[in-house]
Amino acid sequence: MFTPHTQKDVEVMLKTIGVGKVEDLFTEIPEKYRFPELMLPTSLTEMEVADELEGIANANGSTKSLLNFIGAGAYDHYVPAAVDMLLRRGEFYTAYTPYQPEISQGTLQAIFEYQSLISDLTGMDVANASHYDGATAAAEAVILAYHHHKGKRTKFLLSRAVNPQYREVVRTYTRGSKDITIQGDDPETGIDASMEKLIAQIDANTALVMVQYPDFFGRVIDYKPLIEAAHNAGALVAVAVNPTALGVLTPPGEFGADIVFGEGQPLGIPLSYGGPYLGLFAVTNDLLRKISGRLVGETVDNAGRLAYVLTLTAREQHIRREKASSNICTNQGLMALASTIYLSLLGKQGFEAVSNLCFQKAHYAAKQISSIQGYTQEFSSQPFFHEFVIRSPQPVEHLLEDLRAYDILGGYDLGKDYPELEGCLLIAVTEKIGKEDIDLLHDALIEVTHD
Amino acid sequence: MNFPKELKFAQTDEWVRVENGIATVGISDYAQDALSDIVYFEFSVEVGDQVKAGGQLGQVDSAKASSEVMLPVSGVVTEINEAVSDDAEILNKDPYGEGWLLRIKMDDPAELEELLSAEAYQAYRLG
Repeated sequence: MFTPHTQKDVEVMLKTIGVGKVEDLFTEIPEKYRFPELMLPTSLTEMEVADELEGIANANGSTKSLLNFIGAGAYDHYVPAAVDMLLRRGEFYTAYTPYQPEISQGTLQAIFEYQSLISDLTGMDVANASHYDGATAAAEAVILAYHHHKGKRTKFLLSRAVNPQYREVVRTYTRGSKDITIQGDDPETGIDASMEKLIAQIDANTALVMVQYPDFFGRVIDYKPLIEAAHNAGALVAVAVNPTALGVLTPPGEFGADIVFGEGQPLGIPLSYGGPYLGLFAVTNDLLRKISGRLVGETVDNAGRLAYVLTLTAREQHIRREKASSNICTNQGLMALASTIYLSLLGKQGFEAVSNLCFQKAHYAAKQISSIQGYTQEFSSQPFFHEFVIRSPQPVEHLLEDLRAYDILGGYDLGKDYPELEGCLLIAVTEKIGKEDIDLLHDALIEVTHD
Repeated sequence: MNFPKELKFAQTDEWVRVENGIATVGISDYAQDALSDIVYFEFSVEVGDQVKAGGQLGQVDSAKASSEVMLPVSGVVTEINEAVSDDAEILNKDPYGEGWLLRIKMDDPAELEELLSAEAYQAYRLG
């Protein structure tokens, strides 16, 4: 056992607190649990351990060796090497919540830049830094809307075309609250792009309407009628976004969203088996004081020099104590920094180029795949971004298995979450996918279908 | 520091002025001074709400901390001073005038007897 104390140190400490021996400090723990016999294999050398772990790691498939068309909320974009290089600098890597501005200017400025970038991208007045991921940001939108209406409105409408995982996390977060009812995402309300059946459910008791843009199926829907109906009823509207899409699409802030949130992973964060990711969250000025986390502001110090400080933490435990309705501390500061570096490196034009590449390649892929006998594109009259739905002539489960033989991850099986889309595949295309990759998928689909 | 004789005070630093069964409520000069720079005020209640003494009236944020303001009497909220939401600094400038918070049509005038007179409140706070 490693211990920095000498036997003499230990004796002095024990004597000071009046305890005979170290074991006596553990008497609260039942005897049989105190020093259990560990069933460990015989020890290995470092070289042997490294070898064994590498063997286990190599058994994993990854997007490095497989051709990946799975998206459904997490996307395989290229991450420039500079992102990781800057991220791992000790000054950023080890930083804690920057309560002391005099020693935290670098971290504070990075957070300020992040807030500015996300506000610009979403077209909103203000962004916090940050939430854990897209799903927890969705839950936060519900909590914010609940408090905004002072708990007097109890109906929360979620579009069925919002990521199923987000909807599940919203339900988990609100499970203990009797006066929050989550609805609108049932099969009867459905996924029709007109949104008519969802709009019909908006009433004076509706606190929030949540939609996704592009939606879970990649569709770009005009939400203006829905937003107008929600605002007429006094309800807030939260729009989940894929940030990459905002390189080419109109930001939701420009068509009336009150809250824009989303999964920030596409902004320079690797897939990493599901995390750590980044929850984006931006609001209008009216909701400035309702957002959780902290906001960094730009100011000048007593000598007139530019400086950054924590300006507002309206809901957090260090200011609200037992009345706090949030406790976001270190949050995803490092991931927020990664996205800041990513966006800064790409610049406005570079980011638009990535977004446009995704769009163009996905449209080529959709055209190629739907030209195959038996494969049809669902929702084909609706514009889409970089993800689309293909109805397969054979069970999706078998299709995906067959494609694995070609080292292709063919897409996401929608039947798992949407019984009405049994037999449908959600295919995502990022800038990393080349024309020849799409042609490879096209040819592989023909081969496995004719088998 | 000002403790107007015609007002009643709660130990939680709110003042009450009653005219024709309508209570006007605000925070005391002592409270605004102790809070220092007030930057934000958020009401927890709305016009038309049936409220109970001891419940939360609102939340006041100063540059340093965030505190609750309590309801000193029970009744129906008839009016809210929205000017405070727009510019919370008036709580510092004029706590007994422009900085009034809300009006309540009182359920039970007897509740006033549980509040402190200006002298008693001054003695309670300044000793």
